[in-house]
Amino acid sequence: MTRIGVVVFPGSNCDRDTLAGLELAGAEAVPLWHEQGSLDGCAAVVLPGGFAYGDYLRAGVIARFSPVMRSVSAFAAEGGLVLGICNGFQVLAEAGLVPGALLRNRGLRFLGRDVRIVAERLDTPFTSLVGSRRTLQMPIAHGEGCYFADDATLDQLERDGQVLFRYVHADGTQAGVEGDPANPNGSLRAIAGVLNARGNVAGLMPHPERAADRLLGSDDGLPILRSLVAAASRAEQGTAAGAATSQQVALTAASR
Amino acid sequence: MSSFRFAVNVAPKPGILDPQGRAVEGSLGHLGVEGVSAVRVGRRVELTVEAADETAAQQVVERLAGELFSNPLIEAFDIERLDGADGADGADGDGAGQ
Repeated sequence: MTRIGVVVFPGSNCDRDTLAGLELAGAEAVPLWHEQGSLDGCAAVVLPGGFAYGDYLRAGVIARFSPVMRSVSAFAAEGGLVLGICNGFQVLAEAGLVPGALLRNRGLRFLGRDVRIVAERLDTPFTSLVGSRRTLQMPIAHGEGCYFADDATLDQLERDGQVLFRYVHADGTQAGVEGDPANPNGSLRAIAGVLNARGNVAGLMPHPERAADRLLGSDDGLPILRSLVAAASRAEQGTAAGAATSQQVALTAASR
Repeated sequence: MSSFRFAVNVAPKPGILDPQGRAVEGSLGHLGVEGVSAVRVGRRVELTVEAADETAAQQVVERLAGELFSNPLIEAFDIERLDGADGADGADGDGAGQ
């Protein structure tokens, strides 16, 4: 079974949900303590939501300098799969592992409610099993989720296919920027999630792990977690060529 | 080694959305204050650095200001040298900064 690590910072509070979501998606999910240097042989790493180090100074910045993040950065530089959710996205942005920054919500309020997003790319390790450009419903819970980058960077992200998720209306049309409840935090170009240039690191503000089971009101987040598990399984096979188990082969086939 | 006390003032870069500044500005009417605009809210970090000389201390502060205290994508900083190197609050310094 493919092992995926979930980093636990002091102040992380979505780590257990993320571990459970990854297990629902078919992974062996293990916690990775922020003070450890090793990633314990994980085939992918998830930075979960919460308030790492109390969000002191700026959300994500102190977590960026933790021992585990040095390993995560090195892992990402080698092409390892890393997904940051909410506070995890803020950590990735502060670490420069994904482009842009997350500013305080335009309306100044912490927002905890469902939003709708679409995946703009369906061929990435994080979205390959989403299937179509359909509306996905899942919760947000953040005070600093307003995606910002300068115009030149935004143009480049769009050109290079690095906009991974966008906030949309119920009919799938792109949300506005200011004064549109469909874009809860006022993110520029309604960006809810981005990819790095190489395509192996992604961050998003909404919480797929909180929408990983119908009992939670939506299971629209599950395909995102399943995509990551399938991609991690493929990556593992790549590094252990010829040693693939039949289960991994089946997962790979299912993901195509 | 000597002690040097500094303050780093961090503020949103010009043009960057500052919802806090906007909210403060919006409240001014409640105070009956008029004619105030372009309110920007930042943060100030004060610290004491042990170093061989002031230049070395300044270099440490510049690195911290650029890598930790501010996010260069969205924030700008300036560094002030504070009077009194004993770790006590250096009041307001002389504003000479760098």
